Amino acid sequence: MSEKLKLVSRVSAINWNRLEDDKDADVWDRLVGNFWLPEKVPVSNDVQSWATLTEQEKTLTMRVFTGLTLLDTIQGTVGAVSLIPDAITPHEEAVYTNIAFMESVHAKSYSSIFSTLCSTKEIDEAFRWSEENANLQRKAEIVMDYYRGDSPLKRKVASTLLESFLFYSGFYLPMYWSSRAKLTNTADLIRLIIRDEAVHGYYIGYKYQKGLEKLSAAEKAELKDYTFELLFELYDNEVEYTQDLYDGVGLTEDVKKFLRYNANKALMNLGYEALFPRDETDVNPAILSALSPNADENHDFFSGSGSSYVIGKAVNTEDEDWEF
Amino acid sequence: MSSLVYFSSASDNTHRFVEKLGLAATRIPLRPSDPFLHVTEPYVLVVPTYGGGNEGGAVPRQVVKFLNDEGNRTLIRGVIAAGNTNFGEAYCIAGDIIAAKCRVPYLYGFELMGTSEDVIRVREGLGRFWQRQSQMPA
Repeated sequence: MSEKLKLVSRVSAINWNRLEDDKDADVWDRLVGNFWLPEKVPVSNDVQSWATLTEQEKTLTMRVFTGLTLLDTIQGTVGAVSLIPDAITPHEEAVYTNIAFMESVHAKSYSSIFSTLCSTKEIDEAFRWSEENANLQRKAEIVMDYYRGDSPLKRKVASTLLESFLFYSGFYLPMYWSSRAKLTNTADLIRLIIRDEAVHGYYIGYKYQKGLEKLSAAEKAELKDYTFELLFELYDNEVEYTQDLYDGVGLTEDVKKFLRYNANKALMNLGYEALFPRDETDVNPAILSALSPNADENHDFFSGSGSSYVIGKAVNTEDEDWEF
Repeated sequence: MSSLVYFSSASDNTHRFVEKLGLAATRIPLRPSDPFLHVTEPYVLVVPTYGGGNEGGAVPRQVVKFLNDEGNRTLIRGVIAAGNTNFGEAYCIAGDIIAAKCRVPYLYGFELMGTSEDVIRVREGLGRFWQRQSQMPA
């Protein structure tokens, strides 16, 4: 790498009492409120469950987690940091530093899962596999190329696709185990990561859309084309990576639905319409339910008989702002 | 009579969904300095869920303020919520919270700006919903 170190050109003392974009403070508060550390999750309770997995299933799980570790490492040390010099407001810079740190927490949390469940030799072998897997390395290279590139908005597209799409070939597996009542504490930890990535993808996608507002129609069209081209390139690679991982256990087709479902959400985070139709994104209900028990309840009053009024489930409505 | 009231932050996700519905809709103002919205006819509320690990702050504060007004509150007939399944149990929880607080049905949940299927379902569903409402004794 020969590129010059790029830093913000000028730094002023950040004044959180004078916001240019309220979203910066809202997202900062949300990220801080969601803060967590892997030490708080009792992954050691999964030791017995881990022992019930076959050797093939254990190997798959470790490979999935080393792949996720690689993505989180990239996002923590390069991706989120590369967005800082492009930031429009000082508060946006601060949010990226929060995102970068949290990605490093995610990367470290996989190591804490490994050290709890696996031997050093197994861990080393899984890391070696990820170093040698062409499709995983290709995924990393594609994204890294854009992070090094000279277009701030393309960097945001690549970053949003990483946060909201590229992780999900990996996130599928702990949700699958959880749906079968296996590795449930590990799944709890992964759910915390999934929650964080949603805020990251939302925020970076939002900043992309703010950037687009200043461009001409032709420039907007070019960036839209670029986004879909990059998505297709990453999707094709992701399908191959998914085959490498999941063909042996017969889950590839199920994972691909999850990929397309999340690709749609990544596009929405960037302000574009969903691409893949409903019948290609009908995620296995067990996986969706492991991700969000609320999604399982089919919140569609309209399609019911309408004879009975369901007044929602019991929720905590004690929020100090309510006056009734 | 098929009126929608909605809130959307600067991300405009919910705004885009409502636009795609193509139905009459009023937006709850974003800033405290904007004039307060008073509605005068029955409506269905469309609201995003602010994502987090806890339920606190799930309903945007502008929406809470809007519903704290008794006149506005008595005219709500149902709620539609947006969210993200990544938030687990908090997915679309603003719909559950408002349904429980205002004793109205939680009609539908969708993700982010909604898919074209969501738009069709909600548009058709709202048509039937308002028809049924008009047949109910006042």
